[in-house]
Amino acid sequence: MIGSAVLYALGGVALFGMGLYALLAYPNLLRKILGMNVMGTGAFTILIAAAYRGSDAAPDPVPHALVITGIVVSVCATGLALSLAVRIQAVTGAAYLTPDEEDAP
Amino acid sequence: MPKIADQDEVRLTAGRALLLGMSLVLTLTLAAAVLSLPEDQPRLAQVALERLPESGVGNAVTAVLLNFRGYDTLLEVAVLLLAIIGIWSVARTARVWIKRPDTPILRAFVRFVVPLMPIMAGYLLWIGADETGGAFQGGAVLGGMGILWIAAAVWLPQRGGRALLRPLLAIGLLAFLIAATWMLLARGNFFEYPPEQAKDIILIIEGAAMLSIGATLALLFVGGAPQKEESS
Repeated sequence: MIGSAVLYALGGVALFGMGLYALLAYPNLLRKILGMNVMGTGAFTILIAAAYRGSDAAPDPVPHALVITGIVVSVCATGLALSLAVRIQAVTGAAYLTPDEEDAP
Repeated sequence: MPKIADQDEVRLTAGRALLLGMSLVLTLTLAAAVLSLPEDQPRLAQVALERLPESGVGNAVTAVLLNFRGYDTLLEVAVLLLAIIGIWSVARTARVWIKRPDTPILRAFVRFVVPLMPIMAGYLLWIGADETGGAFQGGAVLGGMGILWIAAAVWLPQRGGRALLRPLLAIGLLAFLIAATWMLLARGNFFEYPPEQAKDIILIIEGAAMLSIGATLALLFVGGAPQKEESS
């Protein structure tokens, strides 16, 4: 990869890691959904950068096509996740993953 | 039940420190993997670019999306439909309640801008065959148009509108399936278009997919099954 592509790919890796931590560490469902989106954005950035490999000038169209597909799927998954979070709040009164009774302090 | 303030706590506890460490290890491993990607390996790009003339379109990304890897896009359009079915199943009422705006400016702006958006979407779809553009970009413009409509209360999805919305949501998947099955019967292979008609077939599928993508994005914004309009 050329210099700027390496930078974008590493930036994507960092986004992926930060999103993963937010997804795992926080019980708030909105934070989890945001974390999932940041992770997805990181994966797309890595894929876009990975298309600029090799000596020929044209970027690889296959990862680029995967990314455009992935963005739309990610938007839809986010919409469905938000609907589920709203429903969880309507049923339990809180948009959180509450700890099980035996785990509660 | 713990107080909400506790749940919003972002302090670094022992458990979170462990998660942070594990996330860091995974991130560094991924970074090492990215840096060790082989540079001059034979790539799919060579095959894709060599056979571009057979795809019927000049834009390599469109060729991959609609021709070489049509399966991916077919399943993606199915995911769009599934997301809306899922949302309509869990959310009986819309998440956004729009009050009719008391300023005429928003509505006038929307009435001025909205007619330009289908033209732009159509242009993006057409140019997508050879340049940057395509069904997803056009669909995003149409989705934006729907959201503007809904936000300005020019048009609100109502229960009665489902008869129109359902075919609109499904037409992309239907067009894809019909084209793929037709090719299976006529040529013996799923998604194998004859090169001389490939551009027409791709544009028809893309047009249908664009309508479905636009309708899906706008209804994702509503976030619930269309209901009867409130009397207020």
